[in-house]
Amino acid sequence: MSALEQTPPTSSTLERPTLSLRGVNKSFGAVQVLHDVHLDVYPGKVTALVGDNGAGKSTLIKSIAGIHPIDSGTVEFEGKPVQLNGPRDAARLGIEVVYQDLALADNLDVVQNMFLGRERKRGVVLDEASMEEAARDTLTKLSVRTLKSVRQLVSSLSGGQRQTVAIAKAVLWESKLVILDEPTAALGVAQTRQVLDLVRRLADTGHAVVFITHNMVDVFEVADRVAALYLGRVAADVPISEVDRTQVIELITSGRSGELGLASDALED
Amino acid sequence: MSSNTLTAAEASGPHKPAAGFEGDRHDNTVGGAVRGYLNKLRAGDLGALPAVLGIVVLGILFTALRPDTFLTPLNLANLLVQSTPIIVLAMGLVFVLLLGEIDLSAGVVSGVCSAVLAQLLVQAGVAWPIAVLGAIATGAVIGVFTGSLVGIVGIPSFVVTLALFLGFQGVTLRLIGQGGTVPVREPVIRALANENLPVTLGWILAALVVVAYAGFELWRWRSQRSRGLAHQPLLLVVLRIAVIAAVVVGVTAILSVDRALAAAIDLAGIPYAVPLVVLLLLVLTFVLSRTSFGRHVYAVGGNAEAARRAGINVTRIRVLAFVISSSLAAISGILATSRLSSVTPDAGAGNTLLYAVGAAVIGGTSLFGGRGRARDAVLGGLVIAIIANGLGLLGVAAYLNFIITGGVLLLAASVDALARRRAATARR
Repeated sequence: MSALEQTPPTSSTLERPTLSLRGVNKSFGAVQVLHDVHLDVYPGKVTALVGDNGAGKSTLIKSIAGIHPIDSGTVEFEGKPVQLNGPRDAARLGIEVVYQDLALADNLDVVQNMFLGRERKRGVVLDEASMEEAARDTLTKLSVRTLKSVRQLVSSLSGGQRQTVAIAKAVLWESKLVILDEPTAALGVAQTRQVLDLVRRLADTGHAVVFITHNMVDVFEVADRVAALYLGRVAADVPISEVDRTQVIELITSGRSGELGLASDALED
Repeated sequence: MSSNTLTAAEASGPHKPAAGFEGDRHDNTVGGAVRGYLNKLRAGDLGALPAVLGIVVLGILFTALRPDTFLTPLNLANLLVQSTPIIVLAMGLVFVLLLGEIDLSAGVVSGVCSAVLAQLLVQAGVAWPIAVLGAIATGAVIGVFTGSLVGIVGIPSFVVTLALFLGFQGVTLRLIGQGGTVPVREPVIRALANENLPVTLGWILAALVVVAYAGFELWRWRSQRSRGLAHQPLLLVVLRIAVIAAVVVGVTAILSVDRALAAAIDLAGIPYAVPLVVLLLLVLTFVLSRTSFGRHVYAVGGNAEAARRAGINVTRIRVLAFVISSSLAAISGILATSRLSSVTPDAGAGNTLLYAVGAAVIGGTSLFGGRGRARDAVLGGLVIAIIANGLGLLGVAAYLNFIITGGVLLLAASVDALARRRAATARR
């Protein structure tokens, strides 16, 4: 591994990656879903994870989240090798996943949702005041101005606001790596704008962000790096400035684009 | 109200310089709070409104129809005592309904527990505290059983409790014996529904409740305001305290009047069952709104998958909800035993459960889970008790009694379903 790290870095890899995957393999029975995956995710940067349906995006994030432990390969978190054998391992390290189907309870308010399962207490009594303050601080830090009240029920929020709350919930836990699974998939134009702004601020506040999307506009709007998966392999993991839209689409659909992408022998098996 | 109020509230509160969250400040005005409430109503969340309206309308109706008997202290005391077993049973059902489950066996569980109580007192001859503990423990064990079948085995609660509804009637029948009635003459148990607090003690307790409630509400308002948290306008807090105070003082006053029919007997004071219900209301409200267990009950009812992903042990919450429901059913059974001074083989069968479900739903607890409070059981239980009591005074035929009570439950369930639909369409 050390040999890899000493390879001359490009400008954007000078910083130590928050998460670093090397040679990760994952199979479900006879089906190998992830092949020798290399991926670096940097603090303060948005990494767009793109790939066609079935390319292995979901499996990859579930491996990072500890839901599907990997078969082989190494995972380093902030430079230290780690084992991710369950969601708790991931949460302890500061990895938070915001799933596409939002894990929010409609009948609870914003504060209650953000602290769900991890309520602050004084004795047996819920410490509502401190939770409300912390929730508001987090939302303020992320410059969320669209919420009328933090004591609003989630059922009364728009899709974009709900996504915002889900993301803020992930940030509340001093998370270092936030993984967003298609956060703009079901949103309108204005709400997509809100969420993309929020994703940007998430990175600007020092989080490493993995952003899964099918939308090329979103990728070039918000991402600093792009990682393309093709049939379970990482076809490219490069700064966004080194690729254009056509190249990214080629990487997604064929795993190659000019000099970039998988060697032809890898594509054959 | 006016823009003056708004600026006054804005100026007086030492708010944090918050970006956004205007609502957290605007809600501080009475106008904002009223608008918020109207919005909630429009979105289908009726809260306590139907129950309060029901109590007022039915009260006026029965007073008009039976002016000599309905609004007398004697009948009102009777009505309150009548309502207590329904209220306590409904309080337990609130926990199960909050999860979106149902406990059709709650009524007959109260019957089994009262049979256990009677057998412990009469056959075994144990002291009343042991008998009471035995009855409640029986309820808790039944709750573990029911909750495990629902939460662990995964049978729909409707089926589990329907089966138990039948099964437990058999258990009560076995314990009490065919055609038999076990009289319960134990003085403490009998006193619950048949004896009253001394008038002075009643007033002291009433004053304590009002002062404690007012103190807590004002303290919370102050601390929320000083920390710049979302809070209600002071006027609204004071208004709520005034309403509670008026109700507590009013009820205490009525119950402190000598209501004996014969001049020779002195019959005044609050029946012991009433402060017991108030105590349960306080404890359960605390559990639901101020502990993480309560929060998790709402979360599981609102979105079980979200709760699971948040690390909440959903199975444990399900089992505990049934334990609470069945334990409260046992207390309800004890109150019913006290009122009748006996236990019959059909204790807790018949319309007991229907009344309790009706009470919870009329009070504002949703049958779809996620919405409900302990106070719903009290308000709805009073509505049900007023209907039963009023129809009794009118001498309505038994068949009509069933039809009317069933109709009221259907009406409440319709309101609940429509409110839910309304909330779903209001969202998007």
